[in-house]
Amino acid sequence: MALVDYSDVQGLVRYGYGRMTEACFLLLRIDDPVAARSWLKTAPVTTAVERKPPPETALQVAFTCEGLQALQIPPEVIQQFSPEFMSGMAGEESRSRRLGDVGANAPSRWQWGSAEKIAHVLVLLYAEPGKLETWKQSVKGDSWDHAFTVLDCLEAERLTDTEPFGFKDGISQPTIDWDGKRKPDKSERLEYSNLVTLGEFLLGYPNEYGKYSTRPLVNRGDDRTAGLLLPAEEDPDKRDFGRNGCYLVFRQLAQDVSGFWKFLDGEARGDPHGRTNLAEAMVGRKMNGEALVPLSDSQIEGLDPDAKDNIRLNQFTYESDSDGARCPLGAHIRRANPRNGDLPYGTSGLLSRVIRTLGFGRKGIRDDMVSSTRFHRILRRGRAYGTTPLQERDFQSGQADNRDRGLYFICLNANIGRQFEFVQNAWIMGSKFDGLSEESDPLLGNRLPFPGCPETSTFSIPQPDGVRRRIAGLPQFVTVRGGAYFFLPSIRALWYMATIGD
Amino acid sequence: MVVAPLDTNREGELRNLLASMNSHPGVVNPQNAIVPFGQFDRLHFARFVILADPTLDDIREYGVPPPTAVASLAFLGDCDGDADDFLPELVRRAGNGLRQIFARCQGFTPNSDLLQWMKDHAQPPAAMYVNWIGRTVQQIDEESALRNALVEYLERHSVALAVQSPRQIWEKLIAFVHEEVEAGRLTLTPPQPTPFGWWLRNLVHCIAVPVILLLLAPILIFYLPIFIFQLRRREKQAPEILPRPDLSHVKQLADLEDHDVTNQFSALGSVKPGHFRRWTVTFLVWILDYGARHIFNRGHLTRVNTIHFARWVFLDDKQRLFFASNYDGSLESYMDDFINKVAWGLNLVFSNGVGYPRTNWLILNGAKDEQKFKRYIRRHELATEVWYNAHPGLTAFEMERNSRIREGVEKTFMNDNEIREWLKLI
Repeated sequence: MALVDYSDVQGLVRYGYGRMTEACFLLLRIDDPVAARSWLKTAPVTTAVERKPPPETALQVAFTCEGLQALQIPPEVIQQFSPEFMSGMAGEESRSRRLGDVGANAPSRWQWGSAEKIAHVLVLLYAEPGKLETWKQSVKGDSWDHAFTVLDCLEAERLTDTEPFGFKDGISQPTIDWDGKRKPDKSERLEYSNLVTLGEFLLGYPNEYGKYSTRPLVNRGDDRTAGLLLPAEEDPDKRDFGRNGCYLVFRQLAQDVSGFWKFLDGEARGDPHGRTNLAEAMVGRKMNGEALVPLSDSQIEGLDPDAKDNIRLNQFTYESDSDGARCPLGAHIRRANPRNGDLPYGTSGLLSRVIRTLGFGRKGIRDDMVSSTRFHRILRRGRAYGTTPLQERDFQSGQADNRDRGLYFICLNANIGRQFEFVQNAWIMGSKFDGLSEESDPLLGNRLPFPGCPETSTFSIPQPDGVRRRIAGLPQFVTVRGGAYFFLPSIRALWYMATIGD
Repeated sequence: MVVAPLDTNREGELRNLLASMNSHPGVVNPQNAIVPFGQFDRLHFARFVILADPTLDDIREYGVPPPTAVASLAFLGDCDGDADDFLPELVRRAGNGLRQIFARCQGFTPNSDLLQWMKDHAQPPAAMYVNWIGRTVQQIDEESALRNALVEYLERHSVALAVQSPRQIWEKLIAFVHEEVEAGRLTLTPPQPTPFGWWLRNLVHCIAVPVILLLLAPILIFYLPIFIFQLRRREKQAPEILPRPDLSHVKQLADLEDHDVTNQFSALGSVKPGHFRRWTVTFLVWILDYGARHIFNRGHLTRVNTIHFARWVFLDDKQRLFFASNYDGSLESYMDDFINKVAWGLNLVFSNGVGYPRTNWLILNGAKDEQKFKRYIRRHELATEVWYNAHPGLTAFEMERNSRIREGVEKTFMNDNEIREWLKLI
C-alpha cells in the first residue's frame, strides 16, 4: 500500500514520461499575480496517479522563490523554505564557487537564471509525438497572456535513450520507497541500497535520517485557505505546505560534443577503438550502458529482479575495484554515485562495526574516503536539447558541427544542500574526490585552477601495474548556460497558492 | 591561543585593521604588512577571530542569567615545535603589527612587553588534535615538491617507461630523485630526532592517564549508575535551542569559505549550567585530548581524515567552550562527515553545550538529527576575520600520500607487489 495520495503529487516525481518524447520548458515571469493565480486554478496539472491508457500529454508547474513572492505568498511562509532555495542557484558567490559556476560557467554569463533573467515560474510540458504544439496552446487558457511574460521557451530534443555525447543515458535512478518498506535505520547500513526513503524526494515524509526536511508549515488559523493543505505528520496542529512537493533543480548544460570527440581522437591518435575506450573510462560505463566493473553476485536492494536490464546494467558496486583499475576513481558515474554503504566495504558483525566506527582496521591509505551514498541521491528527469545527436562516424570523418547541444539537467530532491549541491560540489567538482588530485569530473569539470592547485584538467586512469595513465589538458566540455532552484508543489499546495488572495 | 578582551570603543578599528590583512574577504595576503604569516617557516595555520557570542542569552532557557562577557580577540596558530620558542620569533618579525592589533585590546599600552603580554593572555587548549604529530611545514613542502617532480618525470618519459617493469620504473625514479637532490632541485631533509624532553613528557602522559583512570576505576564504577541517573534526568529535560540561523549571518560565514580546498571553522558556545555538566565535559575533553595525542595521531581522528588541526579551549572558568579546526572540503561535507561518521564523538563533548540537539545516553541521537545539528553548528560559528594556511590546495590525505611516496624513494628494498602499490600513489 502506498503511503502517498498520488493524486496530490505532480506526476514527474513518479514518472519520467518516457512515452511523451516531446517536451518544452517555459520560463515565465509573473506580470499580474491575480491573473497568474486564476491560470493556476484552471491549469490541467498532471498527477502521479497511474492511468490506463496512459496520458498523452502532461503539464507540471514549479516556482522559484522570486515566483512565490510575485504570487504574493506570505513572507512568513516563504521564509520557512530551505536557505538554498531562498537564496537561489545564482544568489551568492560562495554558492557559485561550490557549484563550480565560475569562469565560463559564471551566472553573469548565463542566458537565463541570474539578475533580471530570473524566472518566476517553470512550466514543463510533455507530449506524445506530434502533440506538443497543440498541448502548448491548450494549457494557456484565457488569463495566460495577462498573467505572464515568457522569458524563454526551452525546447527539448525528441527523447531517445542517448545523451548528446553518444552514451546511453538515464540508466541508473534511485528507487523511491513509495510503500514505506524501508524503515530508516537507527544504526549504520552496511550495504549500498538503491531503495531510498520517500522523504529524500518528497517533502513531508521521513528522510534517510528518519527526520522531516525543512519546509513551510502554516498555522491553520493564519488563513482559511490553509485548510486546503494536509496536516504536518510530525506537527499535526500545523498545515504542511511542502507535503507531496519537492525541490526541482534545473540547469542548462551546453555540451561541446565535437570538442569532446576531437580531444579524445587526438589522445587516441585517431584510433577509433582507443577513442571509445577513453570516452568510456571517462564516463565509467560502456557506450551501450554496461558497467565497467563486473556485476555483483548478491542482489542490490531496490533493483527490480524482474527488470533484466536494470540488473544487467546496475547490479554492481566498486567493492572489487577499490583501486579503480576497471572503472577509474574519477569517472563520471563513480563520482555521481559512489555506491557505498555507511561503513567501509567488508564491515560485518558487531566487533568489526565497533572497530571501523573508531577508525581502526583501515585497509590502506584510500580506505573510507567517500561519504555514504544514501544521503546524497537525486532523481534525474533531464532531457537533451539541440539537434539530433551526432553519430560516431561524424566524428571519425571530422564532419562534427558546432551546433548548440546539451542537456536540460533536471533533478528532484528534498534537501538541495545535502543532495544536489553536495553531489555537485564534493563529488562532481571536487578536485580531491576519493584521494585524487588535479582533476574534477572528466565531463563536467570547469578545469579552473584554485589556490595551491594550478591544474584541475587532468584525468587519471589507474593501471593494475602501478603507474596510472594520466590524461592532461582536458578542455571544458560542458558549460552552464542557465539554472535555478524551483519548488514543485503538491496539487493541494497549488490550490492553496491559487486561492490565497481570494 | 592568545585571548584578550577588546576595547569595545575600538572594535570597528580592529575589524578594519584585521580586514586589511586580507587580499579579499576570506583570503589572507600571506605577505601582509601586519603579520606576514608567509615568512614563518614553522607555521601551518593561524587565525584571528573575534569572540563575540550572539548565543550568550540562550542560557536563560536554563533559568540562569547570562554571564557578562566582553567580546575578545583570539589569536591562534599551529606551529612546529614548542610554542614558547615560536612566540619570540613572532614578536621579532611581526612585533609592530601585533602591537597595532593588541592596542585595540584592554590593558595593552605602547609600553607593554609584547612577548610577556601574549604569554599572560595565553589560554592553553583543553584538547588538541594534530592530523599527524611530527609532520613539519618543511617536510610537507619538500614531499609535495617531490611528488610533483615524480609526476612530471613520469609524464615526460611516459613513452619510454611504458615498456618497463614496475621495478625498473621504481629504480629509474630513485635515480632521478638522487640526481635532483644532488643538483639541489629537490631537498629531502632527514626527520629531526624527537626532542628527548618532549618524548619523555609524552611517554609519562601516555602511561599516567591510564594509571590514574585505573586507580579511579573503583570510584568511577561505583559512581556510574548514579552518573547515568543524573545524565538521563538532564537529557530528558534540557531545552534544545535551535532556531534557524540568521540568513545574513550564514551569508557572512559563507563569503569566507571555499576559496581554498581547506577551510577554517571557529565556534563558541556556553556549557550547560551546573557542576554535573562542568565535570562531565572536563573529563571527556581530557579523555579526548589523550586519544588525540596517543591514539589518533596518524592521519585520522576516528573515521575522519579531513581535519588538519583542531582545538578545544575552555573560556571564562569553563563556562564557555571554544572550538577551532582546519578541515578539507566544504562545510556541508565537513558536517556530513561529523553526522555520518562521528556523531557519537561529537555528542560526547558538545551535548554538554547549551541548546545542543537532544542526546540519549550521551552518544546517541544528538548530531544524528541532521538539520538541527547543522543549525546548531552555523548558529554557533564565528566569522574568522583572518585565516592563514601555509599549504593551500593540499589536503591532509595528500600530505599522508606524499609521505608514503617519499618512503618509497628512500627504501632500499620493496617486493614487486609493494612497488606496484607504491607506484599507484604517484
